[in-house]
Amino acid sequence: MADIAAPDTAAPAKAVDKVVAKSKAKAETLPDKVHTWPYLVRLEMLVATFVMTGVTIWSIVIDAPLEEPANPTRTPNPSKAPWYFLGLQEMLVYFDPWYAGVVAPTLIIVGLMVIPYIDVNPKGNGYYCFRDRAFAITTFLFGFLVLWIVLIIMGTFLRGPGWYFFWPWQYWDVHKTEALTNVDFAYALGFRGETASMIVGGGALLVFMVAIPAGLWAYGKNRFPTFQKLGVVRYWITAFLFQAMVGMVVKAVLRIGFNIKYIFASQWFNI
Amino acid sequence: MATKKGALDRVLAQVKSSSVWKSVFRHEYQDTYRNRVLQVSSNVFLHLHPTKIRRHALRLRFTWCMGGTTFLLFLILVVTGIILMFYYRPTTEYAYHDMKYLQFDVPFGMIMRNMHRWSAHAMIIAVWLHMFRVFLTGSYKPPREFNWVIGVNLLVMTMMLSFTGYLLPWDQLSIWAVTVGTNMGRATPLVGHEGPFADLIGVDARYDARALLTAGRLVGPATLLRFYVLHCIFIPVIASVLMIVHFWRVRKDGGISGPL
Repeated sequence: MADIAAPDTAAPAKAVDKVVAKSKAKAETLPDKVHTWPYLVRLEMLVATFVMTGVTIWSIVIDAPLEEPANPTRTPNPSKAPWYFLGLQEMLVYFDPWYAGVVAPTLIIVGLMVIPYIDVNPKGNGYYCFRDRAFAITTFLFGFLVLWIVLIIMGTFLRGPGWYFFWPWQYWDVHKTEALTNVDFAYALGFRGETASMIVGGGALLVFMVAIPAGLWAYGKNRFPTFQKLGVVRYWITAFLFQAMVGMVVKAVLRIGFNIKYIFASQWFNI
Repeated sequence: MATKKGALDRVLAQVKSSSVWKSVFRHEYQDTYRNRVLQVSSNVFLHLHPTKIRRHALRLRFTWCMGGTTFLLFLILVVTGIILMFYYRPTTEYAYHDMKYLQFDVPFGMIMRNMHRWSAHAMIIAVWLHMFRVFLTGSYKPPREFNWVIGVNLLVMTMMLSFTGYLLPWDQLSIWAVTVGTNMGRATPLVGHEGPFADLIGVDARYDARALLTAGRLVGPATLLRFYVLHCIFIPVIASVLMIVHFWRVRKDGGISGPL
């Protein structure tokens, strides 16, 4: 970089100055360092101008919505949460509110926060690379793009009155109803008694959340170096969060494809 | 061209030697190593930055500039938000009328409102993209683990800021979106009156997790005031503190990430 000023070359008088001059020269000769002023400040100025112009034009062209005054006695159909929460509202189709509205968001937030502590892969630190961390990136892309962004788009544009699904070219009929023939998981398998249903449903849940990860651990702990590096605690946290995420998809598929309402139903809570 | 440039230089030199110019600019800016460093380190705002940065911090294809854009949008929201506060009263009698007043009577009221709303939406998108970029570059890995945790908290704060602001226009869109959102609170296990094991704690509709958020059983006048205070004071203060720590940690953890 010819346009970066050379370090001060004036002969230092004292030993301290010598050290300072030496460290300065060292930083300056690093191949990947540039001065913040003017290079970064200039770029920030450009981006800021661009963003502010964009927001201003956006605000001139499109007005913020303002509907009729709030009326607690008239519920609009559909009632939608703000757009950035529509992925969670979509989950209300498949789960009870305690899970879709409280536990799932908590798991998302906690899950995001523990990522640095469960990802023990030292590769891919500070650069784009898919190959070195295929599992981490695939999982994140799936969670972010499919379970968050796609569901938001779907909730915004394809969910109409009664939270029914409408294609963009379909009329939002407020009188639309669909016969719900959903049954619980154990019922679909032929179990009728309450206790038997709870055992079957709870068993299925335990297999999914515990037995499958446990089996994988038993199989892989001496085979995969990644498992050894993870250790048992990190493995179980990862497995729990991963299965919880995949479980949402499994439940959605069971609900849409096979009319399953709950996997585990009880007098206390349902999943 | 050469003579023209010479002429321009001469004019510039004359301007710079004039008494008016000299009264404004006391000394020249020499583009030297020392001055480039001082320009950053002796400026209270710029000294958020280190004096030197890794070269790839300039590459937009690496950074997407989304962290900075999020912060810029936050500043736009603070400025437009303060302007809106001059005209808005958080009571159910006045809130909606003040929106109309802002839109039709206050000079530049409509564009202030639009900028506030659209910047809020843009900030949510920007903060998601920032997280997305940081994940893809593996920038949460050591030594930046804790700053990622702070970043997740800031992400939540951004969405909470937007959610609390959603109620303030007090129109049909606001109260029903907030009703749908806060209704989740009553399903909270143990502390929501319709949640699992609520009877163990003994919460009811007037005193549970949702009532704490909405200041009562319904999204009503008390909710409006509560959300107003959360939106204008409580969450911005917490978010600001988190931002201070976030930016400071970026420096302390080795500046912008890059190949180790």
